[in-house]
Amino acid sequence: MPQPDPKSNANWTILFLCWLLVSMSTLGSLFFSNVMEFAPCVLCWYQRICLFPLVIILAAGLFPFDKSVVKYVLPLVIVGWLMSLYHTLLYAGIIPENIQPCTQGVSCTEEYIDLFGFLSIPMLSFLAFSTLLTLLIILMRRISK
Amino acid sequence: MKYVIFGVSCLVLFLVFVFGSSYYQKQQAEKFGFMAQENASTFIRDHSQTLGSDEAKVYLVEFMDPACETCAAFSPLVKQIMDAYPGKIKLVLRYAPFHDGAEDFVKILEAAKKQGKYWETLDIMYKSQPHWASHHNPQPQRLWQFLPMAGLNVEQIKKDMNDPAIVKIIEQDMADAQTLNVRKTPGYFVNGKPLQTFGYQQLQQLVQAEITATYQN
Repeated sequence: MPQPDPKSNANWTILFLCWLLVSMSTLGSLFFSNVMEFAPCVLCWYQRICLFPLVIILAAGLFPFDKSVVKYVLPLVIVGWLMSLYHTLLYAGIIPENIQPCTQGVSCTEEYIDLFGFLSIPMLSFLAFSTLLTLLIILMRRISK
Repeated sequence: MKYVIFGVSCLVLFLVFVFGSSYYQKQQAEKFGFMAQENASTFIRDHSQTLGSDEAKVYLVEFMDPACETCAAFSPLVKQIMDAYPGKIKLVLRYAPFHDGAEDFVKILEAAKKQGKYWETLDIMYKSQPHWASHHNPQPQRLWQFLPMAGLNVEQIKKDMNDPAIVKIIEQDMADAQTLNVRKTPGYFVNGKPLQTFGYQQLQQLVQAEITATYQN
């Protein structure tokens, strides 16, 4: 069996961490909606659209390791990251609520959880997308070297 | 090796999710059980419409919305359950009019209560629901033609339904629904225990378990 070089092994690990993060976020999101029965608002749905497919796409890029997967997931991650940034700002009241797109159903600023006094669901999403984006940029730079 | 790491991760994530879910549901059940003892009024208010014997030891609390199709579908099933245990179950109806415009139908129900025709009206309302509650657009004017079938004076209903006291009732029920984490209708509690997974069979089992527990002697 050929010994894979350590550099590509590290790349695989970074991609694996991305997958792990995405899977945990997806399950966390499903836990909120299906177990705790929090109704997701419109903005949450847009972020979920960007998040859920990553579980499958990243897993497909892991076996065998395919560096081009970065190119395919990056657009989704960037859109998701922008959405979560917007949502977090909206939730924090930095962007006024009257310009938000949701009119029917659940308000995008409805407070469901407040972990440790500052972590809200939009912020969790923002943290996840930010970490993911950072990992993918690191991976992209390593690959292009 | 990579396959093993991946497989183990999948398994761990799955198990955490499953155990997390069952842990959360157990916690909720305990929380509501405690509330049922300490704060029974969250489940039943003085204004709440009830059906069944006052001697009954099993309280089936239903948060309902007159415009909700599943509530209509469950109505005969709840009656079947009550008939199966005569005198042992007391049904408590609470309002959770989540559909837009569904408040009007709660108002009609409360107005019908003044004429002593509450359950007849609810029955007619559920049965005629397809006619007046086309998706997300409940229209009271389409219900009027059916109301005389319940023996109601419709003109009186139109006057009584604007009583501000009814608005207070709805607000109180909605507040209790939020406290009890009811986000869907129908929402059931049997002696304070929430229906964990939704379904007729599950409701039947929950009621049966409570009957067995409270009537064992």
